[in-house]
Amino acid sequence: MFDNLSVNQRAAVLSVVMLVVGLLIWEAAIPAQKAAAELTEYERLTGGGAPKAGVPPPSQVIAKAWEQLSNPFYDAGPNDKGIGIQIGYSIYRVLTGYIMAALIAIPLGFLIGMSQVAYKAFNPFIQVLRPISPLAWMPLALFIIQDSEASAIFVIFICSIWPMLLNTAFGVANVRQDWVNVARTHELGYLKTAFTVILPAAAPTIVTGMRISIGIAWLVIVAAEMLVGGTGIGYYVWNEWNNLDLTSVIFSILMIGVVGMILDLAFGALQRAVAYVE
Amino acid sequence: MSKPFLSIENLTQIYPDGQGGDLTVFENANFGIEKGEFVVILGHSGCGKSTIMNILAGLAEPTSGVVKMDGFEVSGPSLDRGVVFQNYSLLPWLSSLKNVSFGVAARYKDWSKQKVLEHSKKFLAMVGLEGDVIHRKPSQLSGGMRQRVSIARAFANEPKLLLLDEPFGALDALTRGTIQDELLKIWGGTEQTVFMITHDIDEAILLADRILLMTNGPYAQVAESVEITIPRPRSRTEIVEHPNYYAIRNHLVQFLGQRSKELAGKREGETPKAPATIRIDKTGSEEDPVPSAPLRAVNT
Ligand SMILES: Nc1ncnc2c1ncn2[C@@H]1O[C@H](COP(=O)(O)OP(=O)(O)OP(=O)(O)O)[C@@H](O)[C@H]1O
Ligand SMILES: [Mg+2]
Repeated sequence: MFDNLSVNQRAAVLSVVMLVVGLLIWEAAIPAQKAAAELTEYERLTGGGAPKAGVPPPSQVIAKAWEQLSNPFYDAGPNDKGIGIQIGYSIYRVLTGYIMAALIAIPLGFLIGMSQVAYKAFNPFIQVLRPISPLAWMPLALFIIQDSEASAIFVIFICSIWPMLLNTAFGVANVRQDWVNVARTHELGYLKTAFTVILPAAAPTIVTGMRISIGIAWLVIVAAEMLVGGTGIGYYVWNEWNNLDLTSVIFSILMIGVVGMILDLAFGALQRAVAYVE
Repeated sequence: MSKPFLSIENLTQIYPDGQGGDLTVFENANFGIEKGEFVVILGHSGCGKSTIMNILAGLAEPTSGVVKMDGFEVSGPSLDRGVVFQNYSLLPWLSSLKNVSFGVAARYKDWSKQKVLEHSKKFLAMVGLEGDVIHRKPSQLSGGMRQRVSIARAFANEPKLLLLDEPFGALDALTRGTIQDELLKIWGGTEQTVFMITHDIDEAILLADRILLMTNGPYAQVAESVEITIPRPRSRTEIVEHPNYYAIRNHLVQFLGQRSKELAGKREGETPKAPATIRIDKTGSEEDPVPSAPLRAVNT
């Protein structure tokens, strides 16, 4: 029966099996935690032997997920908002910072890629600024901007600008000279060449940069919100940890993964849309 | 003598040789091309043919010398000079039709979208591309089909001068033949001037009014201009029976095989020199008691 399935179907079956087995082991490991001496080494390594800190079994997490997801947008005061609202805040911050970064990085990357002088002039700044952890900007941002909300957005802006800037510059600088010559022999103007030849030619590289950026931005927002507090999925995780509600912590960790995956899938689709075969 | 349609005057190209010195690819090249003429240039690899073509296209600047078309100096690329690049240079993200129509739209800015598409389809049909093929991307076409799209793109713009850089270099003999016929058919219906690079002697004889022969570089020269005295329309199978065919072919083979090397590196001094005109005509040569100089060149 297994032989008749396509590769994708077989992989799906295997994924489900791994999920079920994993959950069963997890579930089974929870009540056994008191008998630590009787644990196998495998269970100790996988956390089965952790001292009692209230790690919930998956059944509890699933129940929590059901409860939260059936009413994701309730708002019962500053410390009690639905998961949908918290994720919404995070996505709003990520997209605001990200779009601002894209609006600057892509045109600037274009100019840098078109001109060797600009490339060399900008390069030292980029090389110094790029490796700075985005969170290192946080104190400075809080001091200058004086607003925690805007500071979080600034941190997203600063972390997502580099991959887009570098990839755009690289993509534009490496457009095949043949294609540029085609534009030249057809007397296309500067802007026309940029939009009809260079942009589509560099688009796959640019979108790859955008995809890397959105991934980094989603990683960073969780940490940034833990620092600035107030709202957002990062704050939610930290808040539930302070409440020692590990069920909610695990549930929100999973939600962070799911949202990150959806963002990545969206950019993956965009990547396929602009891809071309030479 | 009146100035030809396209005149190349004292063209010199010097590149850095990569070791701090200079590499003179060719020096003081002089030749002209008449309106409506089909001129093919033959020469060994590296003698500077592509360099000349890029200068004619306006894509590169010569070290010195000028190119004049219709009396005006060429500076920068222009829609009046269409180029078929050696590697097709189709834009891979556009369909075949769009590859042609974006050029047509650039050429005829006042045309409606509908007219641009019809014109593009007409030229694609001329090279045998019709139906759903024209909506495919270049990556979904065979090498020969891509080449045809590239030729259609250049012809659809109806440039005054058409520059072809080894347009059939990557094709098998059969496809080559078909596209050569198509090229002749389209060219026959227009008043276009064609300048083409090839490595294939038979292709050159089939297509050209005149063949320019280059010596090997460095200091390459355009040494000879050989008239193809075979009447048109020509077909691949019939030209071999023409009395001039083998005489011309032998002359070309002999030049490329031997004299291009002997003449290589010989600097003619600073005086600009036009290529020697060679006219080989054996039709009725029995009645002609005076052997012409070029014929002797063939027999040596
Ligand atoms: N940008 C460049 N810099 C330095 N040297 C160059 C450059 N372009 C071409 N050359 C040199 O100029 C000479 C002529 O090159 P070109 O491409 O015109 O040859 P070609 O006759 O077209 O050869 P082929 O038949 O192989 O295409 C070669 O020796 C090449 O090394
Ligand atoms: Mg070449």
